[in-house]
Amino acid sequence: MTRPMTKSEAAQAVRVTVSSPPATAQVLPLAPVRQVSFATRLSGVGGRVAARVLPPALVLAVCLLVWEALCRRSGATLPPPSTVLRDTWELIVDPFFDRGGIDKGLFWHLSASLQRVALGYALASMAGVALGTLVGQSMWAMRGLDPIFQVLRTVPPLAWLPLSLAAFRNGQPSAIFVIFITAIWPIIINTAVGIRNIPQDYRNVAAVLRLNHLEFFLKIMIPAAAPYIFTGLRIGIGLSWLAIVAAEMLIGGVGIGFFIWDAWNSSHISEIILALVYVGLIGFVLDRIVAAVATFVTHGTAAN
Amino acid sequence: MTAYLQIDHVGKTFARGAQRTEVLCDITLTIEKGEYVSIIGHSGCGKSTLLNVVAGLTPATLGGVLLEGREVDEPGPDRAVVFQNHSLLPWLTVYDNVRLAVDKVFAARKSRLERHAWTMHNLDLVQMGHARDKRPAEISGGMKQRVGLARALAMEPKVLLLDEPFGALDALTRAHLQDSVMVLHQKLGNTVLMITHDVDEAVLLSDRIVMMTNGPSARIGEVLEVLLARPRQRLELAASPTYLKCRQRVLEFLYERHRFIEAA
Repeated sequence: MTRPMTKSEAAQAVRVTVSSPPATAQVLPLAPVRQVSFATRLSGVGGRVAARVLPPALVLAVCLLVWEALCRRSGATLPPPSTVLRDTWELIVDPFFDRGGIDKGLFWHLSASLQRVALGYALASMAGVALGTLVGQSMWAMRGLDPIFQVLRTVPPLAWLPLSLAAFRNGQPSAIFVIFITAIWPIIINTAVGIRNIPQDYRNVAAVLRLNHLEFFLKIMIPAAAPYIFTGLRIGIGLSWLAIVAAEMLIGGVGIGFFIWDAWNSSHISEIILALVYVGLIGFVLDRIVAAVATFVTHGTAAN
Repeated sequence: MTAYLQIDHVGKTFARGAQRTEVLCDITLTIEKGEYVSIIGHSGCGKSTLLNVVAGLTPATLGGVLLEGREVDEPGPDRAVVFQNHSLLPWLTVYDNVRLAVDKVFAARKSRLERHAWTMHNLDLVQMGHARDKRPAEISGGMKQRVGLARALAMEPKVLLLDEPFGALDALTRAHLQDSVMVLHQKLGNTVLMITHDVDEAVLLSDRIVMMTNGPSARIGEVLEVLLARPRQRLELAASPTYLKCRQRVLEFLYERHRFIEAA
């Protein structure tokens, strides 16, 4: 209300109210509360779950049937799903055996790969957020570093492997380095964008409060850029998992990548297919984990 | 003679490459302790720039600002700002937004417990104690502005700077908040400098209204003393001849002598 009512207007408003006919009240019967039985509610939950689960399950079933039909015929180069299941049943039911060397259950291969990814990705996250902050905050750092980053990030992950093998003279650190160098670029770039996009308002608040550099970094910058940082972290984890398989094929030893390569060399095509299923599932889980952490940390403001 | 807050021959020129735009020209204004001063003018006249100069967020090109006789050219909690768009940090709760300011300003002077009590005290002042655990996204625009006000008040500023604090609110919420600000000013006796483009708001709240000419090179066109007794009541004022005369003066200034000519 920007213009207060004048007295005459107010008087008029009062008169209008008085002259209106007396309100006639009528008692409306309330509708009875609809009883929702437990069974109905359960079926409601069940319905929602079914809506999520049924369509992919159906599509999967159709795909398996088509695959089975195609590969059943004589002369097929790839085994049908039934053969895959029969061939790899031992690997599926006993993922924990360890007969020394690289003759181990799938659990050990996957866990070796995951450890490499965890280490490389953790290093990339720390270095990526730090460098991204630097590039996002300092005009001169951006001018100096950004062109170099833009060139380096286009180098395919595997192209770094020979160089890192030459530097480290050992497969393990080389694989970790490849993960690091693969995951770091999207983390740097997204962090820098997030820092650069911190609204001027937040900077003003920090200025009025006279926050020092550390307080500004911890209390304003990181939380404000968190949605962007997590976008980078999510792309990074996806790329790490993509790169590890290829890197392990080349460095050998225990790991899901070399397991696949070894299976190919021994013509165990079924084992390759089983490994691919595991790689896909674990990649999916890793992505969901980072997304869940992002939702938790940013209170749902990060895009899912 | 030293005034409480003195804006002394302030000029501001923005330079973009070779192009120079003079926004403010020779602004001189003194504000006494406890005074409520509004700055009114058409949009683009540099009101906000002036407020930012006082806040220390924008450096003045010429002249300077003195607070209790000392020059202030950097932002600080002694000149707390309530921003137009509330500027609450969305990842903090209502309580934590105010607490951040309290912790920073009173780190050495108050204990943990006192800081908590002071935070709650200021939230209660603006009637937002009930929403302490909500995040800014979960409360209405008027409530956000209240929290912004609580955050500024919690710094115990020497001057409270309000940058069109009610501009983004609907008329009813605005009236409600104006009443709250009036009550708080009465109670706490803050020195307030407020930017507004609402004539009624300026007359209702202020002791003095500073009218600015249109930019570029905006100056102080006229200063009007609002000689209305406090506490003021919105409805009683509607019939007060002094109120109407003040309103008339500001309207005449804004719409006759300094009509806003929009670039075609």
